[in-house]
Amino acid sequence: MIAARGVGKRYGEKRALRGVDLELPDGGFAVVTGANGSGKTTLLRVCAGLALPSEGELVVDVQRAQVGYLAHDPLVYRELSALENLDLYGRLYRVPERRERIGMLLERFGLWEARAERVSSYSRGMTQRLALCRTLLHDPALLILDEPYAALDTQGAELLDAQFAELHGERTILVSTHDPARIDSLATVRVALAA
Amino acid sequence: MNYLADVRALTRKDLLLELRARDTLPAMLIFVVATFVVFHFALPAGSSRLAASGLLWVAIVFTALLGLGRAFVPEREQHVLDGLVLAPCDRSAIWLAKSLATLAFLVVAEAVALPVFALFFHGLRGSTVAGVALADLGICTVGTFVGAMAVVTRARDLLLPLLFLPLAIPIVIGGVGASVVSDPGRYLGFLGLYDAVFALLCWAAFEYVVTE
Amino acid sequence: MGRTYRISLPGLAASSLVLVTLALALIFFVAPTDADQGFSQRIFYFHVSIAFTAYLCFGLGAWKALVHLWKRDPNADLESYVAIHQGVIFGSLVLLTGSIWAKISWGHWWLWSENQLVLFLVLFLFYAAYFMLRFSVDPGPQRANLSAVYALFGVILIPISFLAIRLAQHFIHPIVFTRDGPQFGGWILATYIVSQLAILVLAYTLYRLELSGKWLDLRLRELRATAA
Repeated sequence: MIAARGVGKRYGEKRALRGVDLELPDGGFAVVTGANGSGKTTLLRVCAGLALPSEGELVVDVQRAQVGYLAHDPLVYRELSALENLDLYGRLYRVPERRERIGMLLERFGLWEARAERVSSYSRGMTQRLALCRTLLHDPALLILDEPYAALDTQGAELLDAQFAELHGERTILVSTHDPARIDSLATVRVALAA
Repeated sequence: MNYLADVRALTRKDLLLELRARDTLPAMLIFVVATFVVFHFALPAGSSRLAASGLLWVAIVFTALLGLGRAFVPEREQHVLDGLVLAPCDRSAIWLAKSLATLAFLVVAEAVALPVFALFFHGLRGSTVAGVALADLGICTVGTFVGAMAVVTRARDLLLPLLFLPLAIPIVIGGVGASVVSDPGRYLGFLGLYDAVFALLCWAAFEYVVTE
Repeated sequence: MGRTYRISLPGLAASSLVLVTLALALIFFVAPTDADQGFSQRIFYFHVSIAFTAYLCFGLGAWKALVHLWKRDPNADLESYVAIHQGVIFGSLVLLTGSIWAKISWGHWWLWSENQLVLFLVLFLFYAAYFMLRFSVDPGPQRANLSAVYALFGVILIPISFLAIRLAQHFIHPIVFTRDGPQFGGWILATYIVSQLAILVLAYTLYRLELSGKWLDLRLRELRATAA
């Protein structure tokens, strides 16, 4: 699903990513590791389509509607409620049976009780769980997650583990992390970035 | 029809955000009335109709700027715009929805401002109101577009007036012309031309403002 | 990085020198003196040539901007920037020459009734904002995209503003200073053509000069970055 050869990214003179090769087949699970500043986020952004590579070849064999991206930022409106945020994304992604799916996700990630409250009142863990809901809402074929465990609380982390176990092999997953030990057993492709 | 559904969903979101925050619209209302009071003292006695009409347009442009500066604030925080750009919808829908929401606020502000203006200064002609309506379209489409550009820069709030005002000069000319001249048809026509040309340009170009 | 051009830079520089000298000679020694305005009218050979050149520069900037957005040509962004830079330089000269003419002819440093002058004022403000925009974004694809889009807005603004300014004259009721256009015949036409050509070649020379300087600069920085 993703084929990258010599992909690099430069912003003016600053080099954010250098010569990366990645071969991720459908159903694969890729784990990207590297120190801070090695370009993990840049690589994931490029694969998600938010940035274009400055050099090299990149083929991501999937449409925008099929990509679910979890960024450092939760990408939700703080002044809206969880329900309103997911409803907006649900409409934009044309999710079938939108209300049911939103309800199911909120419940699974323990946000049902807080669904009508503004995101600004959530804890960091809750916000990250909402971001996960947003990412999974449209059941994407390609999941790209940028350090998903970083902002999750214990409950959220366990839920994510369960989610990975469920989706492994069924969906293509690309994860960057500081703590590879947790998901190493799931990895079918490993990429280590040098700064 | 998917496009319209996207625009509707996004416009609803923008209107909802303003309803929650309740800061931009009251600020615009107070600002525009305060500006009129300032104008009264700034105009020498026995000023022509032209001078007062001209100042109406200054008030409208700067009140609009106030609102436009707030337009992309929710998206700027924490890069929420990335979330919208990732969605499969046409990127121009983001611009159109934001323009419509801003237009709604501007119209509400003017619904108060115009009667106040008529009260403080001299009455209001039909052609002035028509001019305001047409100018609003131009102000909101171009202003929202340029606001999106300003929001990704370092200078942000500093940059928006600089980018917007030169583009707004033709709107002011059209508007003032429509307000004072005996046959305003030409000016109203010009405003319509401006609106059509720039709306088309904004619609076509917005994709490039939010993507690489 | 950078293109190969058929006409070399030294060749261009030499041509500009020759043409500008020729133009100056024609303007000051050959072209007949205007009956109404006398010697000061000669500034018009510059003023009109520079104005037309400035429009072309903005047009080139917009064209390169379109090429950048459409074809993703890696050279186009810098070329667009340099073209617009030249446009602003020549635009400032339009304002300067126009102002001088106004002072000499009518005793005022500025005339709102001169449509061309007012248009260049608006454009100057617009493109000044272009530079503010460009320098407020870090170098990269986003800066290139924003600059390109804004350059396109600029070129559309030119005719729209011109139309607006002409419409504005109707209600601003300026004291209209009529300027009898020169009768385009004989030496006047020849002088004008040579001046226009001279300014065009000069502008293109400066464009190429600035471009090569910028490419060199970029190349040096890149080499420095790789060596580090």
